[in-house]
Amino acid sequence: MSYVIKGETGDWEVVIGLEVHAQVIAKSKLFSGASADFGAGPNTQVSFIDAGMPGMLPVINEHCVAQAVRTGLGLKAKINQRSVFARKNYFYADMPQGYQISQYDMPIVGEGMLILDMPDGGTRAIGIERLHLEQDAGKSIHDMHASSSLIDLNRSGVALMEIVSKPDLRTPEEAGIYLKKLRSILRYLGTCDGNMEEGSLRCDANVSVRPVGSVDLRTRCEIKNVNSVRFVMEAIAYEAQRHVDVYESGGAIAQETRLFDANKGETRTMRSKEMAHDYRYFPDPDLLPLEFDDAYVAKIKATLPELPDDKKARFITDYGLNAYDAGVLVADQDNAAYFEAVAKGRDAKLANNWVSSNVFAVLNARNVPITESPVSAKHLGRLLDLISDNTLSSRMAKDVFEIMIETGKDPESIVEAGGMKQITDTGAIEAAIDQVVAQNADKVAQYRAGKVQIMGWFVGQVMKATQGKASPALCSELLTKKLAP
Amino acid sequence: MTDLTSLTIAAARDKLANKEFTALELTEAHLEAMDKSKDLNAFITTTADLARARAKESDARFQRGTAGALEGIPLGIKDLFCTEGVETTAGSHILEGFKPPYESTVSQKLRDGGAVMLGKLNMDEFAMGSSNLSSYFGPVKNPWKAKNRDGDLVPGGSSGGSAAAVAGHLVMGATGTDTGGSIRQPASFCGIVGVKPTYGRCSRWGIVAFASSLDQAGPMTRNVRDAAIMLTVMCGHDPKDSTSAPLAVPDFEAALGQGVKGLRIGIPKEYRPEGLNGEVAALWDKGIQWLKAAGATPVEISLPHTKSALPTYYIVAPAEASSNLARYDGVRFGLRERGLLGDSLDSMYSKTRAAGFGTEVKRRILIGTYVLSAGYYDAYYLKAQKVRALIAKDFTDAFDKVDAILTPTAPTAAFGLDDKQDDPIAMYLNDVFTVPASLAGIPGASVPAGLNSEGLPLGLQVLTKRWDEETMFRVCQVLEEAANFPSLKARP
Repeated sequence: MSYVIKGETGDWEVVIGLEVHAQVIAKSKLFSGASADFGAGPNTQVSFIDAGMPGMLPVINEHCVAQAVRTGLGLKAKINQRSVFARKNYFYADMPQGYQISQYDMPIVGEGMLILDMPDGGTRAIGIERLHLEQDAGKSIHDMHASSSLIDLNRSGVALMEIVSKPDLRTPEEAGIYLKKLRSILRYLGTCDGNMEEGSLRCDANVSVRPVGSVDLRTRCEIKNVNSVRFVMEAIAYEAQRHVDVYESGGAIAQETRLFDANKGETRTMRSKEMAHDYRYFPDPDLLPLEFDDAYVAKIKATLPELPDDKKARFITDYGLNAYDAGVLVADQDNAAYFEAVAKGRDAKLANNWVSSNVFAVLNARNVPITESPVSAKHLGRLLDLISDNTLSSRMAKDVFEIMIETGKDPESIVEAGGMKQITDTGAIEAAIDQVVAQNADKVAQYRAGKVQIMGWFVGQVMKATQGKASPALCSELLTKKLAP
Repeated sequence: MTDLTSLTIAAARDKLANKEFTALELTEAHLEAMDKSKDLNAFITTTADLARARAKESDARFQRGTAGALEGIPLGIKDLFCTEGVETTAGSHILEGFKPPYESTVSQKLRDGGAVMLGKLNMDEFAMGSSNLSSYFGPVKNPWKAKNRDGDLVPGGSSGGSAAAVAGHLVMGATGTDTGGSIRQPASFCGIVGVKPTYGRCSRWGIVAFASSLDQAGPMTRNVRDAAIMLTVMCGHDPKDSTSAPLAVPDFEAALGQGVKGLRIGIPKEYRPEGLNGEVAALWDKGIQWLKAAGATPVEISLPHTKSALPTYYIVAPAEASSNLARYDGVRFGLRERGLLGDSLDSMYSKTRAAGFGTEVKRRILIGTYVLSAGYYDAYYLKAQKVRALIAKDFTDAFDKVDAILTPTAPTAAFGLDDKQDDPIAMYLNDVFTVPASLAGIPGASVPAGLNSEGLPLGLQVLTKRWDEETMFRVCQVLEEAANFPSLKARP
């Protein structure tokens, strides 16, 4: 996938790195026992620690550590058995301690890798720079009171994993694929629900451009807190074009933090470099260095599920799927499980066709996840069995499927009740053929004169005469014999 | 009732158990003493009604036979410890009116042990100071007076209110906190015992933080046994403080009376700099002789990085403080200085913090912010951490050769309240002998050992290796017995 911005002075390449903040799935916060649930009433899930009360001290939530290690393993990354929490100092009204407890030069997870599944079926490896644990801030609400901002500290102290990519991404589309793949892995691992709307997955994009062929990195701008995959792609495309325009008009890009305005589809300055905070990181003296041994990591490793890349490879091998189809199926763990339940012991390609086109179409139309599919994997499997044993034609199977969607009933009872069994009795079909042949002497003559493409029309007539129940394969076979000159 | 205020904790404990008087009577006697000694300004908040109520509960527990280790003992709590429903200021305007909805672990343990809190003791603002002059609530007066001159003296700091209240018999004991000497130096100035235990011995949970890697709570009492009794109750592992050690609590009182026979006592040569006050040096020599007479062996040792301790401390402590004090922003509790309508958030911060913090606190926030800033971090903070490790290693090496170390506690006796104190560096030098142990995290205690020519108390400091408070108490007790220190009598 090549993405080149054509400028007057030449072609430009885009260099992108993403920083993703993923909220850790955990019952309680990173350093306090308060609940980490989303959606509770304002300031109802706040401990004295989260509110930064005098004398309060943080205590690490071991579950969050395990989740970070788990995620690191899922990203094939180096797990650091010794890491250090540091304070990132700055003032903001929704950050009660006056500092955020984060990790700085000694993160819990080091370098790793994420494989992009490209639309052409190929792959591309993107480096992961690091993953570290940190506290979330609270929320400031500026539009509920005439003269004051209101603050909700429910989110204050919730555990986040900051996952930083290397600047390996080269197109807005790759950034989108990266985000979706990362989300997929996090969901497989059960370490983040990946819900961008609720803010449990947030993305900052670092963007710069350089002339094609150049290897030096130019000044980058960071676009903060973009909250959907589409917006991330739009923001990058806009920002890259802006850089090119500035360079080509003889200007210079200033390093700064920018915001993406989704309504206008543009980025604009949030903080210039001069206004940038000096965070004065230093090791948090309230917390000991975080240390664990090989056995701890091994224990977590033993509980990892089969991850998308491995599942994809297996689907290709075991089910003979092509890379693209396999990639689509494994992107969501539930989709993959559904497919496997249908495909096991059956024609895998047929199963893939039914799942990827028919089932996904219904889910998209209804906007429900596969776990809420009106047609269960078990029922779909049995429908495919009815096709394989010639009880149903593909055409009839589609009708049955429609009824299954509406009623949720199993295919056998639908077939039974509707008398929808496919006619495979050659006698009955021959009778219908004879009737069609007798009534359409002109068409028969045309066919025999060489207009063989009207075979389809004959099949249609026979199907019509049998209320669609005739086996289409058997029809063509018998018709071919009957019409032979 | 005055004689009730003369008792030691150990004596009062036994007499309460024998029902010679009630906890309420003991508390009333001290409340009366507090009332008569308001001039000392030792308390920021007094809690007489609460104290009476708790004393009555103590008496009820004595009746039921469920008395705790400190049942009915009237204590003062330094105003750095958060106390549930009782104003906790840290000596600062910025926390004025703040009533925590929680109780610090240490003060909770004392409560659980039956102790009766009489009030919250004055202190240098945010525990930053060695004179108690930086308190927003005014200076504390040392109950001691110089023989030949008038004028009030400082009690030392930062636990100045604690030291004055104990020395003046307003309370039987008090909690202090020590970051660079804040228990030991005022104990020395006021002629009482002050113990800073090993870092990690007492939970820091609920104590307003000054410098997290250094802060430790400890007892301040009129004798060594009382300190051992109090510390046993105060310390212990607290899962709410990640730096609190998961160790069993020894019975420190049981360690007393074992003497020092056979112990090797380190005498660090670096603590005898040129120009050391002659009376301080002489008292130190006396201390060495006392221990020798009791069967210990003095050993000259070297702690080569001693001279770097003070500058190191004045980088590490302000760095941590600058971050710890960021939460005082006017948003959630304490002082808020509102600007005009439409003023920015930053303006509220700066107005609140400008009005809420005193000069010394601001100075340390600025120093701390500076040493952590980009471009200076390596040269200051990082280097200070390295030096700190060397200082700790000095002690580790020394304790291979000796069981305890004896030094003076402070370079001088208490100075005048009105002495001009415009040189912060001169003030910082008060902590020159106490700061190294703080940086190393080892326990240290000050024992009153004698009077100078002006009749003012001087203390000797005993240091031991980490978690070896028991040896420290043994040495302290021998010094105490030998010194026969003329403690202040209860005030008339």
